[in-house]
Order: sequence, then structure tokens, then C-alpha cells
Amino acid sequence: MTTPLLEGRDLKVSYPVRGFRRKPIEIVHGVNFSVAPGETLGIVGESGSGKTTIGRAILGLALVTGGTVNFDGRDISHLGGAARRALAKDIQVVFQDPYSSLNPSLTIGETLAEPLIVQGWDKQAATKRVLELLDRVGLPKNAAARLPREFSGGQRQRVAIARALAPEPRLIVCDEPVSALDLSTQAKVMELLLDIQREMGVAYIFVSHDLAVVRHISHRVGVVYKGEIVEQGPVREVTTHPENPYTQRLLLAAPIADPLLQEKRRADRARLRQTQHNQDVQAGAA
Amino acid sequence: MTSTPSDSTVVQPSETDGEEVRKGALARLVRDPQAVITGSILILMIIAGLLANVIAQHDPNEANLYVVNAPPGTEGYPLGADQAGRDILARLLHSINTAVVSALIGASVALTIGTAFGLVGGYFERLRGVTEWTFTLIMTFPGILLLILLMPLTGGDYRATMLVFGVLLSPGIYRIVRNMTVGVSRELYVDAAKVSGVTSSRILRRHVLSVVRGPIVIATAFLCGTAISTQAGLAFLGVGSLSIPSFGAMISEGFRNIGLAPTQYLWPALTLGVMNACIVLFGNALRDTLQGAQPKAQKIAVAKLVDGFEADAESEDTPALLSIRDLGIAYPSPSGALNEVVRGVSLDLKPGETVGLVGESGSGKTQTAFGVLGVLPNEAIVTRGSVRIDGTEILGAPESTLRKLRGDAIAYVPQEPMSNLDPVYTVGSQLVEGIRVATGLSKREAKSRALELLERVGIPDPRRTFDSYPHEISGGMAQRVLIAGAVATEPKILIADEPTTALDVTVQADILDLLRDLQQEMGMGIILVTHNFGVVADICSRICVMKEGEVVETGEAIDVFANPQHEYTTMLLNAILDEDTVRTDPPVSVGKPTEGASR
Repeated sequence: MTTPLLEGRDLKVSYPVRGFRRKPIEIVHGVNFSVAPGETLGIVGESGSGKTTIGRAILGLALVTGGTVNFDGRDISHLGGAARRALAKDIQVVFQDPYSSLNPSLTIGETLAEPLIVQGWDKQAATKRVLELLDRVGLPKNAAARLPREFSGGQRQRVAIARALAPEPRLIVCDEPVSALDLSTQAKVMELLLDIQREMGVAYIFVSHDLAVVRHISHRVGVVYKGEIVEQGPVREVTTHPENPYTQRLLLAAPIADPLLQEKRRADRARLRQTQHNQDVQAGAA
Repeated sequence: MTSTPSDSTVVQPSETDGEEVRKGALARLVRDPQAVITGSILILMIIAGLLANVIAQHDPNEANLYVVNAPPGTEGYPLGADQAGRDILARLLHSINTAVVSALIGASVALTIGTAFGLVGGYFERLRGVTEWTFTLIMTFPGILLLILLMPLTGGDYRATMLVFGVLLSPGIYRIVRNMTVGVSRELYVDAAKVSGVTSSRILRRHVLSVVRGPIVIATAFLCGTAISTQAGLAFLGVGSLSIPSFGAMISEGFRNIGLAPTQYLWPALTLGVMNACIVLFGNALRDTLQGAQPKAQKIAVAKLVDGFEADAESEDTPALLSIRDLGIAYPSPSGALNEVVRGVSLDLKPGETVGLVGESGSGKTQTAFGVLGVLPNEAIVTRGSVRIDGTEILGAPESTLRKLRGDAIAYVPQEPMSNLDPVYTVGSQLVEGIRVATGLSKREAKSRALELLERVGIPDPRRTFDSYPHEISGGMAQRVLIAGAVATEPKILIADEPTTALDVTVQADILDLLRDLQQEMGMGIILVTHNFGVVADICSRICVMKEGEVVETGEAIDVFANPQHEYTTMLLNAILDEDTVRTDPPVSVGKPTEGASR
């Protein structure tokens, strides 16, 4: 395997608690993961599992209380100020909610130009680049002069992707980027993300609660449960032969869009639940 | 192309500002009579003050013993003269200047300090403790008393006094700015800007200030009013230099002279009153235009019917529990024309069956469900069709009939379990209330029924959940509680609007199992509104696919999945990510030019 682009080692992330001398609450309890250049690492988990927090820690938006995040062999977990800002060129983000991730009072063009301007691009070059980016994500050129509210959820998410692409990063953290979208829109945005990756070789950390989505876009998957990665591996192995009991439950809980297959899965799930319940009882008795 | 057009209109981001909005705000302000009238009066006053030396023929402090207490209309003294023989008009006009300068100094000091520290305290969490403390301390100072005590320091100069007063006013602005900044800095677009390498000062200027600007402008108008009255108050008490003409000093002198020449008291009091009233009214007008009318809570009412509405005549084949025929629901567009969001929907529900109402956002599926429940928002208008529950027409039925139906025959499970529980009351008391209203049971009976139901919906410790507040239970538990409430009266029809969308998949599977069990037990007909075909495949026996307010395909679930008839259904089914395809292409590494790696 090639050297990882990004590597988390025993990463612990906490959430600060308000109040004098109160200890932060640990949300992620020491996870290990790595992403190679051009690769997608899917991070699956349910709400409150800490999957989003892992993403935020990589972005420098959450408090890392233990372990390291190495990018290009350098620990970035505690960078601040200018050093962190310099990373903007390499690490970018696409958030879940396309409504609150764009400033409602800035035009699409202003939003897209901002990351370029802070990196010292002159205005003309930035404008030209903005048009390129809009074209790349399949939006019309005149979108630059318009405000976010004129666009649908799917279009806004395209804008968010364009903003992430602006500095030609090597890693994009995608935090549930398609969860808020309609089915047909979701498929198109996923296709766009895949195309971009194949073309530019950017690596993704793809955080999602939806196994089907993760399965589609990831090379490797990590399953997060209660702040720990309970299972990790190539996508096919994890999603067809899961070893961890939680992964097994998760897989069988996702309904298949086919009444007959779903009936079978439901029976499997009931059976699995019974087995696991019995095991728990035995473990408790022992 | 990427989505239905209505998508963009569903969620309007709340905003107080923006390039376009700002231009619009000014235009709206000019059209508001209250703003125009009060604004013009203020401007006239300010101009009069600036032209004081031109309009009045005397210096405000020039005393002429020949005109002591001269009545209004005396030559050269249009408003008369005071007890020291000074020109009242001149003093009045110069008092306006004093008031304006006071307002400017007081408001700008408060604004500068409050905004600067509000931004810092709101954005940098670490500094918030210090700023909070400081401004709370400032707030505890007794304002006027302090200003009087500081007289030796300010030397009686009202400008220095107003400087200090500005500091005392700053906590108000600080609080407004700090609150809004905290709100904005939690927005994802601020996070995105941070990740883009935007510096904090630029984020504050560009993303935060634009949002807090509106409320600050409004607050400033009121600050000006406060500064003026405080300055007048101090002068009335005789604090400060006597040579500065001011409303307060004039009122004070007029007051002492009220028996001899009552109008001396009248002029300054009137001017000060008008000035302050104008400032307050102008501030209110400003608030209305900048922030807009606050959105009103949506009222739910009996569905309004379009003029001349007549429910469709009963057809012969109505064995169905619920029968919707050609239902149309419309909303008035800004131009006044009706815009139909549900266009001729027909649907039947039999006892014990589950019909899936499937569609993307804006397809009208939820509106249809609300139409059946009779809980459409106030603006909605039913344009056509018929909805019969057990043969009873509910369109146009009085609220009393509907209430009875809702309590008895038809129940509802919402999408967001948490927002459908009142955070102020315990789960139990909300359940008991619902059960009592619907069944007329006594409190004790209702409680035991509620506990039974909680156990039935699979809550491990019903008694504890009964006594819990909504924030103490998980989303999955909350949804179970709502289901318990919904089935309390053993309804014949259950309408579930995306009941599992807000839940995790493992919880979703449990909730679907629960619905299935309850249905078998009670024989309810369920209408399940959803966008998730997996959920449909799991629980629905029939499907209704909706697109832009119309049903494009109805059929047995198995048939529709195996052999969709409408191209839209086919498109939707194809958009579902296949279970069997996993990503197989290996990572490509094009990489960007090595300048990035050489660091």
C-alpha cells in the first residue's frame, strides 16, 4: 500500500463543557484510520456515534485531546492560526446541510471566490477560476451573480462541492453530503463526487449514516459505534461479511427496496437479534 | 434539472440582511409613512439646530433685562424671553444641537465598545468569560448617580458626561451583538470559511457583521433617545455647566417660573417630547422594515374550501375505510392566483392495509396526508374532490365533527418526534391528557392506560419514561411514545408522515416492526408518507407514487417494484443505490503538482 495521505493514530476527541474548570466530555475514544491519496474512506455510524466528530477533528474544528492526525507525515491535530489556515489548500470540506453551509447574504460567486482570495489570488484570476468551478460541478455561469436562496438543495450542494474544489485540495471531508437530498438528486451528486475523484485523484473521507451510499463511494469502510471504530476494512468485506455484532445489526437494519428480499432480511434480522440477545444473556450469566 | 423547482422554495433561510434585501429595505423604509413622517421631523429639527444662529437673532446666553419674561410674539423674541431675558427661540434651537451632540457621542461610544467586544466575546469562546464579566459589572453601575458623582472628573462638560454614559449604555449593544455572533458562528458556512483558511477577522467582518448589522442599527435609534433624555435629565437637576443651553435646563427654569410665564416651560418640554417620540417611532419603523414582521405561528384550521365547493357525490363503490377522490389543495401565490400543490389525488385505504405515499420533496405527499387529517395550514384552500372516512365526508365538515374523528377514528404519527412533544410537560402527562380528551377516562384510568400503552410499544421501563421529560428520552423512544399516544384510542386509520426519517436505521427497523405488530393487533389502515423505498418495501402492501401533486402510479407493492408502469417510478427505482454494487475501481492517484508535498 502507498503511504497514507492522512492517518489518525489513537485519536481522541472531546467536546468542551461550559463552566469553570469543567472537564471536556470525550466523544471519540482513540480511533485509528488512514486514507491513501485518491482513496475514499467511508465512515459509517448512527447519530451520536462520533462519526461527524472524527471529521471535524481532521478539519481542526473539534478539540483533539489525545493521539495524532498526520497529514503528509506531519501532525496537524493541534495546529492553530496561520499553520492551520495554510492547510486549507490541501484539506477541504463539504457539509451535510446545503442550506446553512452557504452564507445567505453572499452571492455564489463571492462564496466561491473567498477561499481563493484569502490565498492571495487576484480578483480577475479568482473570477475566472469561479467560472471554471461552476462549469465543473454542472452549474450555469450566471449562477455566480445569484444568491443561495435561488437554488435547490441539490444545486446548493454542487456549490458547496465547488467551494471545496477551489484550492485543488488533496483531501475532502464529506460530512453526509447527500443525506438532505432527494433520491434522484442524491444519485447525481454522488456521480459528480465520483467523477471528480477519478479525474483529480482527491481523497475523500466520507461520513454517512447510509450504508448504501457509503458502499457506493468508498474503497474502505470504518464502522463507528459509541466513539470507537468497531470494524474496518475493504468495502466488500465489511458490507458482505461483517464480523462485528453491531455491523451485522446495522447491515440487516437497512431495508432493501424490494418487498420480497426485504421480507427475508427482516426474518434474518429477527433471528440475529435473538442470537445476540441469547449471547448477551449468557455473557451476563457467566 | 437536479431537483424539483419547488425545492428551493420549501426552506427559506432566515435572513436579516443581504445586498438585495438592503436595497429593498431602504425602499420599503421610504414607503412606510411612520418612518417618513418621523424621519422628516427629525431632519427638520436637526437642520433648524444647525441654522440656530441664522434663525434666532440673539445669542442663547445674551441676557437683556428689558425683556425679562417677555411673552411670545415680542419683537425679536418670537417665543418670548425667559426670566433672565434670554431669547427662548435661540435657546431652544441651541438645545437641539446639545441634544444631537449628546445622542451622537453617547450612541457612538456605546456602539463602538458594544460591537467590538460583542464580536470578540461571541466569536472567541475563550474570551467570552472575561467580556461577560466586565459588561455585567458595567450594568450594575447606577447610571445617573455615577454620572453625577463623576462631575468633578468631567468638569461639568456634557460631552464628557455623554462619553461616560456611552460606556454605561454599551452592555445593551454588547448583548445583542454577542448573542447574534454566537448564533452565526455555529452556522456551517462559518465552519466552511474556517476550513477555507479565512482569518478570524475576515470571518467577523464578512460573515458575522453582515448579520448583526440590522439589529444594531435598530438598537442605535433607541440609544440616541436614551442619551438625549439622560442629558436632559441631568441638566434638569442642574448638574453640569449652566452656560450650555439644553432642554433640561430650560424646563427646569421654566418650571420655577411656571406661575408667571407658563409657556416658558411648554416650549422645551414640547420639543424634547416630539424629538424623543420621533426617535422611538422611527426606531420601530426601522425594526419593521429591517427585520420584517416576525413570522406568525402557523394556525391550523378547518380546511378552507374554494368558493362554490361541493364535495363529489358519493360513488357506489365505497367499502373503503378511507376514500380520497380527486382531492385538490392549493395555496394562494403572491399574485393572488391559486397554486395547486395537490392536483386530483385519489386513494383508497382498506382496514389492515398499509399504503405507501411515496414521492420526492415538493410532490404533495405530506399535503395530501394533512388534507385527510383536516389540519392544513390556514392559507391552504381545498379546491376540489372528496375525502370520506367510513363514509363520512370530512371536507367542509365542522370542526366538532373533525375533532371527534381525529380523537377516535384517525390518528397521526409525525416525522420529528421531539418537536411534537412539549418540553415543559412530562411524557406521561402529555399522554394522559391526550387519552382523556379522546376517551373521557378519569385521570387514574388514563394513567394506567398510558402505562399499558408504553409497555405495549416496547418501552423497557414504562414508569420511568412516564415521569421523564422529552429531553430525557432518545428520538426512538420519543417516537414510540407518540405512537403509543396515536394508538391509544385504537384508531381505524393511522397516518404516519415520514415516521422514521429522523431516526437511525437500527431504530427505524424497530419502529417499523412495532407499526406492523400494532397493525396486526388492531387492524388499522395505515397511510405511510415516505421518500424511502426501503421503508415502503418493508411495510407497505400498496404504493401510491406522487409527482408534482399528482399520483402517477398506484399498485400492489410487489408489482410496482417488479414492474413499474410509469417512467417516473422507473427513474426513482433506478436512482436507488443497488445493494450488490460496491465500489470496485481502485483509487487513482493523479495528485497535484508536487509543490504541495514539498513543504
